[in-house]
Amino acid sequence: MLQYSYILILAIGMVLIIVAGHIDLSVGSVVALTGAVAAVVVIGNGMPWWVGVLAALGTGVLVGLWQGFWVAYVGIPAFIVTLAGMLIFRGLTMQVLNNVSLSPFPKEYQYISGGFLNGILGGNGYDAFTLILAAALVVVFAVQQYRGRMAKLKYKQPVEAYPLFWLKNAAVAAVVMAFAWQLAHSRGLPVVLILLAALVLIYGFISQRTIFGRHIYAMGGNLQAAQLSGVKTRRVNMLLFVNMGLLSAVAGIVYSARSNSAQPGAGNMFELDAIAAAFIGGAAVTGGVGKVHGAIIGGLIMAVMSNGMSIMGIDQSTQSVVRGVVLLVAVAFDVWNKKRSQSGA
Amino acid sequence: MRRRIAGAPCPKEGSLTENILEMRSITKRFPGVVALKDVSLTVGEGEIHAICGENGAGKSTLMKVLSGVEPAGTYEGEIHYRGRPVRFAGVNDSEAEGIVIIHQELALVPHLSIAENIFLGNEQATAGVISWHETNAKAAELLARVGLKEKPVTPVGQLGVGKQQLVEIAKALTKNVSLLILDEPTAALNDDDSAHLLGLIRGLRDEGVTSIIISHKLGEIAAVADATTVIRDGSTIETIDMRVPAEQKHTLVPRIIKGMVGRDIENLYPERHAEIGEEIFRVEDWHVGHPTQAGRTVVDGAALNVRAGEVVGIAGLMGAGRTELAMSLFGRSYGRDISGTAYMHGRPVRLRTVSEAIKAGIAYVSEDRKQYGLNLIQDIRTNVTAASLEKVTHGGWINGNEEIEVAERYRSSLNIKTPTVMAQVGKLSGGNQQKVVLSKWLYTGPDLLILDEPTRGVDVGAKFEIYSIINELAAAGKAIIVISSELPEVMGLSDRIYTLSTGRITGEVAAQDATQEHLMELMTMERE
Repeated sequence: MLQYSYILILAIGMVLIIVAGHIDLSVGSVVALTGAVAAVVVIGNGMPWWVGVLAALGTGVLVGLWQGFWVAYVGIPAFIVTLAGMLIFRGLTMQVLNNVSLSPFPKEYQYISGGFLNGILGGNGYDAFTLILAAALVVVFAVQQYRGRMAKLKYKQPVEAYPLFWLKNAAVAAVVMAFAWQLAHSRGLPVVLILLAALVLIYGFISQRTIFGRHIYAMGGNLQAAQLSGVKTRRVNMLLFVNMGLLSAVAGIVYSARSNSAQPGAGNMFELDAIAAAFIGGAAVTGGVGKVHGAIIGGLIMAVMSNGMSIMGIDQSTQSVVRGVVLLVAVAFDVWNKKRSQSGA
Repeated sequence: MRRRIAGAPCPKEGSLTENILEMRSITKRFPGVVALKDVSLTVGEGEIHAICGENGAGKSTLMKVLSGVEPAGTYEGEIHYRGRPVRFAGVNDSEAEGIVIIHQELALVPHLSIAENIFLGNEQATAGVISWHETNAKAAELLARVGLKEKPVTPVGQLGVGKQQLVEIAKALTKNVSLLILDEPTAALNDDDSAHLLGLIRGLRDEGVTSIIISHKLGEIAAVADATTVIRDGSTIETIDMRVPAEQKHTLVPRIIKGMVGRDIENLYPERHAEIGEEIFRVEDWHVGHPTQAGRTVVDGAALNVRAGEVVGIAGLMGAGRTELAMSLFGRSYGRDISGTAYMHGRPVRLRTVSEAIKAGIAYVSEDRKQYGLNLIQDIRTNVTAASLEKVTHGGWINGNEEIEVAERYRSSLNIKTPTVMAQVGKLSGGNQQKVVLSKWLYTGPDLLILDEPTRGVDVGAKFEIYSIINELAAAGKAIIVISSELPEVMGLSDRIYTLSTGRITGEVAAQDATQEHLMELMTMERE
């Protein structure tokens, strides 16, 4: 499943773009470009791995500034800007790489995507670190839930009954610990899983609990009402695209580390997988609706499908058809659902 | 119900009248409202017939019934056209009979040429291939007929509104028009263009084309119309014969005004005792240009002030520039080339962006809450805090519980009828939606509230509640501007009333001295 991590990372940024009512077609090319920049820095010039990472992230931010400028300040639809970006950044990738693949990356760089945290704190075939980290997460989750419950009570909000509350926490704890146990007695904790989990948590909070996040939803729901409520729509759009560039760079690093090379054709069609993940995860085509965890679930559904079909030996052409149909059905369901709720109102 | 084959001649009860159109006892209901009650309209062959009434009186609905936009069967009553009963299922049916309606919002495609627009949907083609020679040649003839000196190949987008109006009329002429309906044809035109248009309509009358004109400009109507039907609250009040001797002409406009507003102010407005304090807001010499049509002025040198605890009304008809004035003040949300000075508490303030306006203590409740006020797909809570999120944000995190508490507070104080503040706003009634918008702006803690048509699309009970809220806010020391096209509402709420006509403030009247007739006169005052 971890081989789809870069799609999930892209889907996190993409769902926010889609909620705001835009689209980004360039992320596949940006994945390639940022991976290429990292490769040139690390492999070509022999710099340390972390300089490559920083260079890639910096490139992602520059790409975001470029696209954000056209969308937010010139007012060109994101579809056009990022379609142009798709071509521009693909071309730049080829130029940066001189049209040849660069490989291999040093061990440390590969570690980002393929590494496991194992044996840091010892353990007898069962990685203690993984288990301790999971246990800590479970405790933090329970404490957070408890504090949320207390806050709700303070504001006289309804809460679930105590037994139900503890049951829910116990269920979460059981699932997390079971998963951790599996990891601990196989290869340990994958680095990229930590990265992904951190991104999901951070962006979940940003989208749901910050002013920036709320403004994205406000703009997607009703742009004019948002403007008349004092939302600085240009700045929000700019930030959105810078963020997308940054996340594309993260995905580019993870992808290049995983494939242990930078290729001119890397990341082809990634944008479509990321967009599909967001829509399958419940984002609305018209904007204003969609959640980060929804996009992750959508991405996982796509990943499970691809994996399952590959294991069953279904060939690529059929897989493509099935994925297309799933996307179409998911969005059709969303549209149908909305129509029904509107006529019911 | 008798059915009749369209086009078949029919032996008529009554005589072979010279009336081209008789609409008899038309009643049209929409869910929850009766838009037209037993309305009758008789139009003589070859006359120019004006229809007057306040906004919302039912003029446009009546024309939609006539043109088939509201198809036969959705209304009660009958329409007789050229002496035969007709039942139009759609616009195509009425156009086949020569009835053509030109809407206030012109339906032209800006990127297509004049000729292409004129023959849109009626292309001059052989076997599906358009003959451009024929199209352009015929268009040139029509342009000469309507007196428009432009080449047929000029894109319509390059023309001013006045010329576009003429293109619409040329388009109507291709449909062998015998009854032309114009909805506020001169609302957006300057005086020269208006004069030309009215001259053209007179010319068409001489060629035998009957016209129905909906207009707020009573001076024009007095000059051009042969008869005027006044509609108020969905009912016909009277039809006035305008062909009177010259010495009686001056009685016509007052009679129309009386008919338009002649209802009593019912006891719809809560009692209030104003305690008026210091001046809160003042604007001087405010000019606003049209956002896309360079050189057109929408607000022309407006000046007004509001004091604490005072409700100031702005009365104006559609197109007078009321909303444009308010939105341009609120962070330049409308228009361009805005000039003038605004003062809060006697000090000049910069209102260049919406956030600056909110910070200065101004709140604007839009007339179109669905388009400009609410995020319909979100819950009440999110909408209430949308303009002041920083108040519920601590250390970068929004406190969702605090938001709910705030929303709950407004739900009970404004009596928003909903089981929970997590309810989706799109599913609330108009009155409750309006209360959500009010909550949003009250939570910003404004000193000045600009309420644009605060009771549009709100039922009578909720209206009273909203009026009460306005009074309470004024009693709490807020300055309030109420924009409304309903005169009784402006008079019932305000302490002082400004009238607005074609972008200029044409009068300032204390509420106790105001009469509807006087206000309507000021509101229809044309630029001399």
